[in-house]
Amino acid sequence: MMPARHFDSGSPIVLSARGVWKSYDEGTVAVLKGVDLEVFAGETVALCGPSGCGKSTLLHLLGALDNPDHGTVMVNGVQVQSYSDRLRLLRHQVGFVFQLHNLIPDLTLAENCLIPTVAAGTDRRAALARLHHLAERTGLSHRLNHRIQKLSGGERQRTALCRALMNRPAILLADEPTGSLDEQSSSMVFELLMDLVANEGSTLLMATHDRGLADRCNRIVEMHDGRIEELAYAR
Amino acid sequence: MIFFKLIFTNLYRHRIRSLISVAGIAFSVAAMLTVVSILQGAIGMFSSILSSDSQIIVFERNVSDLFFSSVPADAVSKMAQWPMVEHANPVLFGVVSSPGHPIITCFGVTPTDARLRNATWVQGDLHSFAGQTDSVVLGSRAAEFLAASYGSTVQIGHGSFRVIGILKTANGFEDGGVFMPLGAAQTFFHKEGASSVITVKLRDKDQARAFKHAVDTEFPNLIALEDKEFDRSYSQFRIIKATAWAVGGCGLLLGGLGVANTMIMSVFTRIREIAILRVNGFSHGQIAGVVFGESALVSLVGALTGLLAGAALILGLKLVPAFHGYVEATVHLPVLLAVVLLALITGALGALYPAFFAMRVRAVEALRFE
Repeated sequence: MMPARHFDSGSPIVLSARGVWKSYDEGTVAVLKGVDLEVFAGETVALCGPSGCGKSTLLHLLGALDNPDHGTVMVNGVQVQSYSDRLRLLRHQVGFVFQLHNLIPDLTLAENCLIPTVAAGTDRRAALARLHHLAERTGLSHRLNHRIQKLSGGERQRTALCRALMNRPAILLADEPTGSLDEQSSSMVFELLMDLVANEGSTLLMATHDRGLADRCNRIVEMHDGRIEELAYAR
Repeated sequence: MIFFKLIFTNLYRHRIRSLISVAGIAFSVAAMLTVVSILQGAIGMFSSILSSDSQIIVFERNVSDLFFSSVPADAVSKMAQWPMVEHANPVLFGVVSSPGHPIITCFGVTPTDARLRNATWVQGDLHSFAGQTDSVVLGSRAAEFLAASYGSTVQIGHGSFRVIGILKTANGFEDGGVFMPLGAAQTFFHKEGASSVITVKLRDKDQARAFKHAVDTEFPNLIALEDKEFDRSYSQFRIIKATAWAVGGCGLLLGGLGVANTMIMSVFTRIREIAILRVNGFSHGQIAGVVFGESALVSLVGALTGLLAGAALILGLKLVPAFHGYVEATVHLPVLLAVVLLALITGALGALYPAFFAMRVRAVEALRFE
């Protein structure tokens, strides 16, 4: 596998998949067929390809939400095997943003964002400070005490973005983060995403159909039928 | 705070279902409290009859019920002469009937009996009690439901008895009972020369062990127990207590099933939400904590509501004229704590499977397909 253009010297590998296979329905539906991928610290990578090609599955495996049938997945140089490894990863190293915001509708924006800090046992004062910082960066300060039902689609996705970054994860995994938004909201959320990732020094791996957004990442990874077909450098 | 909000939010989201669960626990707790308290009160009343101005009860060994106990008269006279004994009173228990009242407790007692001495005589007096064979003294409640007054005649069993006194006591059984001179009661119940128990007061409480030893030696067919020993060991009391807790327990079991149903539905209807919590770092323990927290809240609110409802029910029963004097519910703190604890345990048991299910929710599948 070729290293990424901007990160071939010095940047450590933060995500690594080697010979990863994954199938569903007791092995009858093969989704990933020997995927090899490395993502470097601080890199922004777009994972492109048609629906069903295995983008989301790969993101789930790299985020330790699921286990591969074969092959190894390493996050920050550690192969995630035990329950406690997985928990530590989800609490401190990886943040997820989904196509559907996946917020809890009966809670307020602030409460939704604080969930990861509750899970991680973060000091409440520090958590609130972080919340206010992120809310300000995403233009949501005036909506903190609003319930999710009262928010627009764009605001919900920005909330999901805030939540994902609450525990300062080194890696942000985004699965079609703008897929359910109109063009204007999509652009706004993506700008925020890139801006926050750059400012936080996080690594971004984003599954997307949007070539325009993909072109703005450091690297584009093309997937087809469970395999990585092409690695391109967007800029 | 968020943790508790998650608990409250979900219960509020399905508030009708939550209320039904709370009601289930509340009814169970109220039923348990009422049954246990009333029966404990009844036991306390019966026990106080036996322990009236005495410390020790002597009765026939190995009888299942004091009504079947037969203590010979010579035992009474001998024990009364023991130097450690201040007084020994024979009491014969029986059940009599009167038209419209099939069960009335009857006490065959001597004029020196503490029950008569300590009671408030509404009509008649203690002196008229001695030596009568066709006369009875009625508790005030018995006089009321038998519509009897001083000097009137009441039908008891196949005989007619003249009412030579009416007395009032704090004990429901005594107040609703009939007092016969011991000799008359022995004849009436065909137990000539015998009594059911001897209630004994010692000159010195510390001589109880010596007294019991003397009874064992002199009267191997009899057993002497101190009042507290009797309360603990009398099989009828134990059966009643066990029945009360069993009935209450069944009620609580039903309440627990209600909680289990609520918690199962609660988990099944928010698998996606649980998956979101998992993705955001919630551990198995934290997920289970939310489920157990919900069940604990339902159980606690149900238990407190049930305690209030049970207390109101007991008070209501005491105010019903038909139960007056019989419902002497005794609500002990240990009973209250036991009922609340049982409710919480029931709730926790009801949440076991839902919590286990919630812990096993696979975030990937829940987020992908739901």
